[in-house]
Amino acid sequence: MYPSRFRYEAPHSLDEAISLLHDGGDYAKVLAGGQSLVPLMKLRFASPELVVDINNISGLSYHRTDPDGTLRIGALCRHADLEHSQLLPGTQPTMAAAAPVIADPIVRNRGTLVGSLCHADPQGDWASVVLSLGGSVVAQGPSGRRAIPMANFVLGPFENALRPDEIAVEAVIPPGLGVRSGGYLKLERRVGDFATVGVAVSIETSGETVTRAGIALTGVGGATIAATEAAQALTGKPLSAESIGRAAELAAAAAQPRTDHRGSAEYKRHMVATFVERILRRAEDQAERAA
Amino acid sequence: MTMVYDDLGDEATGAVPMRRIRFTINGQKKIAEVEPRLLLSHLIRRGAGLTGTHMGCDTTNCGACTVLVDGAAVKSCTMLAVQVDGRSVETVEGLASASELHPLQEGFRQEHGLQCGFCTPGMMMAAKALLERNPDPSEEDVRWALSGNLCRCTGYQNIVKSVLWAAAKLRSE
Repeated sequence: MYPSRFRYEAPHSLDEAISLLHDGGDYAKVLAGGQSLVPLMKLRFASPELVVDINNISGLSYHRTDPDGTLRIGALCRHADLEHSQLLPGTQPTMAAAAPVIADPIVRNRGTLVGSLCHADPQGDWASVVLSLGGSVVAQGPSGRRAIPMANFVLGPFENALRPDEIAVEAVIPPGLGVRSGGYLKLERRVGDFATVGVAVSIETSGETVTRAGIALTGVGGATIAATEAAQALTGKPLSAESIGRAAELAAAAAQPRTDHRGSAEYKRHMVATFVERILRRAEDQAERAA
Repeated sequence: MTMVYDDLGDEATGAVPMRRIRFTINGQKKIAEVEPRLLLSHLIRRGAGLTGTHMGCDTTNCGACTVLVDGAAVKSCTMLAVQVDGRSVETVEGLASASELHPLQEGFRQEHGLQCGFCTPGMMMAAKALLERNPDPSEEDVRWALSGNLCRCTGYQNIVKSVLWAAAKLRSE
């Protein structure tokens, strides 16, 4: 399979890339890891007139923490960089859990977190993780930078809030208000398949009290779902069997699964509850061991 | 090297956007004229004539087309040929020397790591990337590293054994 014919540019600076997009007409695409875009182009689901490859722009492959604890992930930070990161395991348990289950090891060498967010696939794993952490995407355009909260970034399936001449240059995870725990669990039929169900849970605790909670669901609706009520059931109190059970129930209620070749709607809804409970039980055990 | 492009019968045909790229493949420096939509797998197979890199699914699933670009394993059906401009590509043909098999190839022979052989080049290149990063992998590490490569004969047990054989051989060298 070949993509249809397109013009290719590989600029060496963001400004140059943005001006190419600005002048590029209606249908230009940014190429980062290419692990979703190239397959889409081969299948002719996407036939851009201009492809702006940002891989030659230096200084975008970082992931780093600011002194205040804000985590920044550059547009060329690959899934594999996050999988092998020394930075994440201690401070970002939800991200550390998700990185090794994105696609497969070879795809992880190329694909990027920011690209995955832009692709806005309802079955993308990173969108749930970033949503559960209250993160945002930084877009850069001709008139400067703006931060778009993840909750507003995805407009619909495969549709994001970027303007045609903007590039998503960074994902930002705000600092935790206490000790972070949580995880990401993904049910897949085999390695590299899209999630049948994915659940991201991120909580922050001060002492025993949960000060902030985020729960987001992958693959059980037309878009990534923020299970806000489920998260609210956890905050302002210590984790308990009761609050965990309630959060699991509310998260399952927030899911909008459809029966398909990956499983029945009933099964997927059940798995949402099971995964929420499983992640929170582990977090509870870890907190007890730490105390 | 001659590449033949589709005549789409419109004005665009006269303006095929060609790019000249320089890259290294298995240690040899090359220059190629490519259309941006040419995939890396096609540059390797048709352009460089190295048909050891196999096209399996053509949909980023099977990993038969795995090669190393600047040392990292990539699915060459999911990368544009223009993207290797200035980079170094390694394919299965680069493993053996004139007189000696690479320990990975020897391992696949010793442990019967192939049946039909279609997935083998991709398996070997993914394994090479693993062993360069981790010379002493556990069985679990090998299974994890090869989880993006499918074997249609389902001969996974012996593939894993072959990689472990190669790892031991490389450590003893």
